[in-house]
Amino acid sequence: MNIHLQLDIARADFDVSVDVQLPAHGITVIFGPSGCGKTTLLRCVAGLEPSARGVVQLGHEVWQDDGLHGGKGVRLPTHQRALGYVFQEASLFDHLDVAGNLAYGHQRAEKQSRNAMSQAVVQQTIELLGIGHLLKRRSHELSGGERQRVAIARALVTQPRLLLLDEPLAALDHARRQEVLPWLEKLRDDLNIPMLYVTHAVDEVARLADTLVVMNEGRVQANGPVAEVLTQANLPVVVGEDGGQRRLGCDVGSGAQAQRGNQFGLRGFHGFLVLFDGDAGEAGEAGEAASADRRSRAFTRASSSGWLIGLLSAANFF
Amino acid sequence: MNLSAEDFQAIALTLQLASVTTVLLLLLATPVAWWLAHTRSAWRAPVASLVALPLVLPPTVLGFYLLVALGPNGPIGQFTQWAGWGTLAFSFWGLVLGSIVYSLPFAVQPLVNAFEAMGPRPMEVAATLRASKWDAFFTVAVPLAKPGFVMAAMLSFAHTVGEFGVVLMIGGNIPDKTRVVSTQIYGHVEAMEYSQAHGLAGVMLVFSFVVLLGLSWFNRRTTRHQKVGA
Repeated sequence: MNIHLQLDIARADFDVSVDVQLPAHGITVIFGPSGCGKTTLLRCVAGLEPSARGVVQLGHEVWQDDGLHGGKGVRLPTHQRALGYVFQEASLFDHLDVAGNLAYGHQRAEKQSRNAMSQAVVQQTIELLGIGHLLKRRSHELSGGERQRVAIARALVTQPRLLLLDEPLAALDHARRQEVLPWLEKLRDDLNIPMLYVTHAVDEVARLADTLVVMNEGRVQANGPVAEVLTQANLPVVVGEDGGQRRLGCDVGSGAQAQRGNQFGLRGFHGFLVLFDGDAGEAGEAGEAASADRRSRAFTRASSSGWLIGLLSAANFF
Repeated sequence: MNLSAEDFQAIALTLQLASVTTVLLLLLATPVAWWLAHTRSAWRAPVASLVALPLVLPPTVLGFYLLVALGPNGPIGQFTQWAGWGTLAFSFWGLVLGSIVYSLPFAVQPLVNAFEAMGPRPMEVAATLRASKWDAFFTVAVPLAKPGFVMAAMLSFAHTVGEFGVVLMIGGNIPDKTRVVSTQIYGHVEAMEYSQAHGLAGVMLVFSFVVLLGLSWFNRRTTRHQKVGA
């Protein structure tokens, strides 16, 4: 089964035009710089952009197809699409406690599907995301990380056929990100729900992606299994909100000279370092990552000619 | 304080008028405010100005136009006659209509502010949680905009209690029918009944102060809550 997205939407400052087939399992990370249209794409899938034209199809289930019925088209409103959406800010309902937030979507999804969803789903989700002790709290009594976990749980208890996550970690500081990331990995491993995950953070690509869609200026630049896409060395990807220098993950000390597109075996760390675009001589210094733990890590580094993305991962990652 | 039976009648009528007006006004102002808070139409500015007109127009001007409109030859008068209700001028329902127009901005503005402060996100979240637009409006927008509704109701009620010019123009100050507290006080003063005027005026003064005090307490409570929530 595939997810087919063929969407066109014109905005004041740019237009997004996308046509991709994505696997309906695992996490598909939509990656690109801010303003490249990835959030807009996600909103189109959810039906939150009224002016979007095209096709949104999950297997045989058509959510939108403007070409059907002699141009009259099919277009389900957002509330009739079996999706879960996690926004960048948790956006919990302030007038309800955590339990009320969870019940809101669960009850409506139950009514819509016309059969009793088991309360067990709610219980499992609460356990899966470790929010059992928060149920009576209000949004303002939660930390940022807790809020985002509740928002994820709230989306999951509607038993969506597709989970959309729009930079769910972007509003969190480093410590909170590290708190939420393992829960996301757990979702990927424990649940059988395909996810579209929008981010501009390389470490999230490294840790979460099964499939990678790279976007730039409203177009898809590359699309495929993460290992394949990352070895296409010619991707003109720009990383970093601020356009300034920024590093993520571990620092790799100086040592071997890197070539553009090279893969490295680092001593004591059986992974790959793949460099994209940019002046290899300048920025391609890589060496032993002696102190690095064996989890996947990523870093980015500016070079004189542009940006590099380096993705360094543990052997069990690819 | 020596309030006469007529004074109590005036007070009862005033409370009745303000209550009916407030309820109808909230029903009318909610969709208007929702539209103003969300539309990108070119009609937004003209409609917003129209709604705000009663803020700046002298009540006599408003009352005069309403009187003309409500009269046997006016558009509203013709309609009400056609519908078999007679003319509304000099009747309780005429006063209700006048009060609705007069207090409209006081109901609409707090609601517009509340809806705008909420932003589009809660409604989008509700849609992704399978709530239809109407469902989301009543289960998300209304509870979140509750401070706006409370404010709108209190201001509409208090402003209607305090109206004078419009009431005088279209009500005609008929005892037990259209004579409210403010026109009753006017009558007392005209008749040199100062002690009775004092009694009623004192009631109004205390009432207005209590409403404003209540509003300011309510405001402080909600802003404090919002600060914690942010």
